[in-house]
Amino acid sequence: MALKEFLHGIEHHFEKGGKYERWYALYEAVDTIFYTPGKVTSTTAHVRDGVDLKRIMITVWLCVWPAMFFGMWNIGYQANNFLLSNPDALMGDGGLRTAFISALAGNDPGSIWDNMIYGAAYFVPVYAVTFIVGGFWEVLFATVRRHEVNEGFFVTSILFALICPPTIPLWQVALGITFGVVIGKEVFGGTGKNFLNPALSGRAFLYFAYPAQMSGDTVWTAIDGFSGATPLGEAAVAGLEVVQQSVSWTSAFLGTIQGSIGETSTLAILIGGGVLLMMKIASYRIVGGVMIGMIATSLLMNAIGSESNPMFAVPPHWHLVLGGFAFGMMFMATDPVSSAMTNTGKWTFGILVGLMTVLIRVVNPAFPEGIMLAILFGNLFAPLMDHFVVQANIKRRLARG
Amino acid sequence: MEHYISLILKAVFVENMALAFFLGMCTFLAISKKIEAAIGLGIAVVVVLTVTVPVNNLIYNGLLREGALAWAGLPEVDLSFLGLLTYIGVIAAIVQIMEMVLDKYIPALYAALGVFLPLITVNCAIMGASLFMVERDYTFGESLVYGFGAGLGWALAIVALAGIREKLKYSDVPEGLRGLGITFITVGLMSLGFMSFSGISL
Repeated sequence: MALKEFLHGIEHHFEKGGKYERWYALYEAVDTIFYTPGKVTSTTAHVRDGVDLKRIMITVWLCVWPAMFFGMWNIGYQANNFLLSNPDALMGDGGLRTAFISALAGNDPGSIWDNMIYGAAYFVPVYAVTFIVGGFWEVLFATVRRHEVNEGFFVTSILFALICPPTIPLWQVALGITFGVVIGKEVFGGTGKNFLNPALSGRAFLYFAYPAQMSGDTVWTAIDGFSGATPLGEAAVAGLEVVQQSVSWTSAFLGTIQGSIGETSTLAILIGGGVLLMMKIASYRIVGGVMIGMIATSLLMNAIGSESNPMFAVPPHWHLVLGGFAFGMMFMATDPVSSAMTNTGKWTFGILVGLMTVLIRVVNPAFPEGIMLAILFGNLFAPLMDHFVVQANIKRRLARG
Repeated sequence: MEHYISLILKAVFVENMALAFFLGMCTFLAISKKIEAAIGLGIAVVVVLTVTVPVNNLIYNGLLREGALAWAGLPEVDLSFLGLLTYIGVIAAIVQIMEMVLDKYIPALYAALGVFLPLITVNCAIMGASLFMVERDYTFGESLVYGFGAGLGWALAIVALAGIREKLKYSDVPEGLRGLGITFITVGLMSLGFMSFSGISL
């Protein structure tokens, strides 16, 4: 194990009094990606477990991969399909991306390779910018404030990149992840100390600051000048029947629809999310709560009905496959830091998120998508829910004597 | 009935006094360190708003607005320039009276509200609600419901902020931001969460 020896050989430079003491955070991050740290807890309260925080974070990161690869394929599939029927349209952005795609692949929507290359030309730069800019802030804060670089950032970065529309300008990606990491997390002291989901707060910041690039009809397909609403946006305007003419429930479930990069395929998300649930990394209480809240509220809305607002009539199984609902439920709401901690609190938190998602989608004409704001809203009340659950427990035990 | 329900929902969520209009910030930031205290203050604000807004509504419609003094034979008198002065006086007086009444008849609630009751006199959310009432021309019933809703929204916001601040006790905020600085950032992020309601028209 040459790598291990090399890492241990240079370790003394980074420890207290060493030459590169300031860069300890960076060394520690690299070292613990490959090897389990040798340090053990020295104070009284600790849990013995084979899995530590870094492994948990890396597992989450890996579980997002199905959605990520499907998202890349789908970007290419959507674009190539459009190119097939409109050969005159400009492929890519007319610059580097066009050159990259035409150098490596054709434009056949039936070919997996062509679609993946097309998608990679859009997703990889977005992810790279997220990772480099976000990582820069992470390391800067870790070095200056002497805490460790936390793998939580792996999760934040990939989640943030996947909830952006494919055509988002890269400088906005940099701005968004900066807001998410610095204001959403680092000013509170880093991972585990924030109260909002950092990826979502970055996304929400962009959403309100640059609505033209984050929502609307032209941003969802990676072709210049293409205009087409997401099925969710279309349902809000024209009603579900119009959507069903072009998109079947199965294709919405599989994910061959317009949308943010990683949010379209409910199937791929459920595969990754299922693994997380089985490994008990994601809380089944939160996921269950979100489902219950969503189903109950949408059934209620169906029962109320409305003449003028077609969203009232959308049934629960369509809410599940449209927009970012599945992605938010599996990967965002289950964030162990910003959601509720107690078991009852987790149910309540989940139900509140599900309820708010449908409410925003149905009642608020300004935003077709609701899950992002619903989770942020839930995050605000999560500490309060925990507080009341704890108080109730104290009261019950006192009464028991 | 439906009209009143939508008015109350609007006052609580869409036009939240603290997080959409940033009114009543001083008490909002100062008394939000502990959930218990925040709940006490929240209840006090709800009670005071539910009383003062309708009373100010009566005064505005009965005495101050243009033509309101027609019953006294002075139809062209417009006293609305006295508005600010009158409302704040009414609020101060009502808070004082309420303090005495509570002390005499419901001492438990009086003790629970404690110092917050007099503090509320200078809370701009209370004044703001009365001014909104005038601006939007609410009827007596509407102003009653609006006062209650505005208070409830403010109470909800301060209790949520207190919950977050109790959680943030365990955070590791950079030195320069500790205390008020991080609270300002927290409130800003909270109102980002409350943006989910902006644009809803009820």
